[in-house]
Amino acid sequence: MKKLFFTLTALLFGLAACAPQPSEPSPLQHTNLQSSTLTVMTHDSFSISEEVIRAFEEANNATVTFLQSGDAGSALNKAILSKSAPLADLFYGVDNTFLSRALDADIFEAYQSPLLVEIPAEFQLDPQNRALPVDYGDVCINYDKAWFAENGLPVPQSLDDLTKPEYNSLLVVQNPATSSPGLAFLLATIDRYGEDGYIDYWAALKANGVVVVDGWSTAYYTNFSASSGQGPQPMVVSYASSPAAEVIYANEPLSDAPTASILDGCYRQVEFVGILKGTKNRALAEKFIDFMLSPQFQADMPLNMFVYPVNPAAELPAEFVQYAQTAPNPTRLDPADKREEWIQAWTDAVLR
Amino acid sequence: MKRLLPALLFLGIFFFLPLARILTLGFDSGFILNPGGTFYPRLVSVLGFTFYQAFASTLFTLAFGLPLAFLFARYDFPLKPLLRTLTAIPFMLPTVVVAAGFNALLGPRGWLNLLLAEAGLPTIAFIGTFGAILTAHVFYNTTIVIRLVGDAWAALDSRLTDSAQALGANPWQTLWRVTLPLLRPSILAASLLVFLFDFTSYGVILLLGGVRYATLEVEIYIQTVSFLNLPAAAILSVVQLLCTLGLSILYSRYVTRVTAQIKPASQPAARRKPKTLSQKTLILVLSLLCFTFFAAPLASLPLRSVTRLESTPQRSPSPSFSNNDSQIIELSNSQSPITLDYYRELFINRRGSIFYVPPFQAALNSLAYAALTVVLALALGFPAATALVRSGRFARWIDPLIMLPLGASAVTLGLGFIVTFNQAIPLMNWLLNTENWTLLTSPYLIPLAHTTIALPFVIRNLQAALSTIPERTREAARVLGATPLQVWLNVDFPIVRRAALSAGALAFTVSLGEFGAASLLARPEYPTLPTAIYRFLSQPGAVNYGQAMAMATLLMFLTGLGIFAIERLRPQGSDL
Repeated sequence: MKKLFFTLTALLFGLAACAPQPSEPSPLQHTNLQSSTLTVMTHDSFSISEEVIRAFEEANNATVTFLQSGDAGSALNKAILSKSAPLADLFYGVDNTFLSRALDADIFEAYQSPLLVEIPAEFQLDPQNRALPVDYGDVCINYDKAWFAENGLPVPQSLDDLTKPEYNSLLVVQNPATSSPGLAFLLATIDRYGEDGYIDYWAALKANGVVVVDGWSTAYYTNFSASSGQGPQPMVVSYASSPAAEVIYANEPLSDAPTASILDGCYRQVEFVGILKGTKNRALAEKFIDFMLSPQFQADMPLNMFVYPVNPAAELPAEFVQYAQTAPNPTRLDPADKREEWIQAWTDAVLR
Repeated sequence: MKRLLPALLFLGIFFFLPLARILTLGFDSGFILNPGGTFYPRLVSVLGFTFYQAFASTLFTLAFGLPLAFLFARYDFPLKPLLRTLTAIPFMLPTVVVAAGFNALLGPRGWLNLLLAEAGLPTIAFIGTFGAILTAHVFYNTTIVIRLVGDAWAALDSRLTDSAQALGANPWQTLWRVTLPLLRPSILAASLLVFLFDFTSYGVILLLGGVRYATLEVEIYIQTVSFLNLPAAAILSVVQLLCTLGLSILYSRYVTRVTAQIKPASQPAARRKPKTLSQKTLILVLSLLCFTFFAAPLASLPLRSVTRLESTPQRSPSPSFSNNDSQIIELSNSQSPITLDYYRELFINRRGSIFYVPPFQAALNSLAYAALTVVLALALGFPAATALVRSGRFARWIDPLIMLPLGASAVTLGLGFIVTFNQAIPLMNWLLNTENWTLLTSPYLIPLAHTTIALPFVIRNLQAALSTIPERTREAARVLGATPLQVWLNVDFPIVRRAALSAGALAFTVSLGEFGAASLLARPEYPTLPTAIYRFLSQPGAVNYGQAMAMATLLMFLTGLGIFAIERLRPQGSDL
């Protein structure tokens, strides 16, 4: 038995030598030992071009490392729990539904970036600049154009229309307790109908056969009729930029987007970045935030994350202009500490 | 006992410590005494449902797995290794992939419903029902029953059953009164593992059961992630752990009473080719059932990865977006519905994204993590299982604790890791000449986390096998002049080798299934296949969906190959 133990331990060390291989060894790490490392903690949906990051690395003689930490809520919780010894220099990915939690936990250091003057005031939700806006996107209901054309139904134009009997069982939404767009849609209804009226609205939706699922992937790829999942519902809560993604990621060139958004009842999600308290790379972190707000980074975001840049100087790709939409009058209701109460009330009304 | 020390130390550092830290963080006596109106009633009803679905799932899994264990233990037939590998594949697939497969087969627009609609029959609802939860659990966990019970069955001495039949028992009586009692330890072990797995089930409940069903684990997730209500999450986690501990204690007490020690079969009950027609029919029916049940949901993944699924009717190509400035992906121009485009696309990083996951690199990383997990789990589990089988009083106390990692919430444990291991460790900084080494940001965290989950499986598997070696046989060998090494080689090793390979394969599948590591930090430089699949499925677009299916198919084949290879390591004449 002892022999087996030792053999296995030897094997273990041998295998440890053939450890997991990093896929992208940064050339800078090899050439310049004096370069410093900047760590950015993000959620899993973050994406940006390599060449954009390399440009920053070369300009600042630094290496940028990313830590992906789950969905937006999970990532923020991890940052909050590791406050005493932060895992990174920057945290990107707080959105306005979680902003109050981040600011109350006091995990950020304030930074007045010189580029903030270029950003419209509507996005600067933190007057102390502990969290700086980077991008935004509108959560709206997407609908399947072909389905509505084939069935001769007019597309609903407002939230009220969704409770009409001709749209019975045609809408799929996500559970706000487990989904970020789901929560955004709930907040939009609360903003529209008020704290006293939104439960009645949801009762009406429930009576009209609204389908509730756990998250965006299930709703879009299992239930939505206009995706590759070819599901039963022609309306889904998604992002106003999703039609552009459908065009760009289509099997073959399309002349028109297969989906579009209902622009009533949209919620504007703004995403923020902040310097984590206790960082040892404050100067470099500030430079990275300036870089994130610069047109070069901002223009790279739409095709990687399907979000809009906050900096109006950033150029948008053609497909985005053509097919992605922004709502004319979106809501931005901040749940603050009422999140639990509202989600609980919604759960009792809709799921029980 | 010395042998238990490595395993206990490991679990102490990587399980008990993080758990204790996060629970004390969430300890709030004010909240416990007065959490507000519906908390405790809701807790009771959720707990009730969790037990109920786990119990029902375990029963069905046993009902499905025991005949299959019999099949694999007793007979040799064509394609048996493939079939056995097939039953293990679901265990390694992320829930989102399995859910997609079930949806393609049994969803509202799935093949079955399309067929039914064509035949004019009413369609069935599957997704979002309790039946879907049960089916998915059986689908996932049958391999545990097959492995644990099948190993023990194959090791049974055929002379016992032969004697019973010579004394006049018919096959059913033999089964009921001789075989099953002998198999009781392994059946119990398998049931406990399956039950715990179903008890802490999260993805299946959420994706296939739908939002109407909530288990403890789902509630813990919501309280933790959505509300950051650590006191509530702590209470729920403690309840979950106590239930696990209770079940574990029951198991330990009961199993020591019913384990019958028999002589290890010097020639294990011969696996034979089926001879009579009834035997052949039985094998054919069972294998077909098994194959259909496991292959049908999985089949949609490779099929969808090579089908050019148009979600909307064909549209004429537009002239305005065919120039070089276009960002639109142009796949091959062929109009045939079968295509390898999605596979080709996997290897291209069109957006130049820094988070691009190269498939082979991801596959290698997944396999490397799994290999490390296997070695670590076996190195720790073997001595521990031996110590627990030769149970002294100390071991009897420790035994229930081994199962606890399976009963802990992955979300809670993940957060426990965050608060425990985020401090930089100076020793490692000095060793590796870096500034800020924390365990959390090291890639080695993943196999460590996987091992924490794999250890209970490995230890139970080995225990079930080792417990059949009677001490007297060893003592007899010593009395007859064998050295300890010879005793080990000729008595322990043959049984143990088979069990070790089986346990190793189980650890391999657990690691590839990414259980327990879901809530930890991911370094994009060390991607794994499941993370790539999640990425593709969180953006719209047919090409993204196709790539997710292609990646899932790759995961299926590579992991199936891995299992197949491990099982091929079994020496001839003793394979299952």
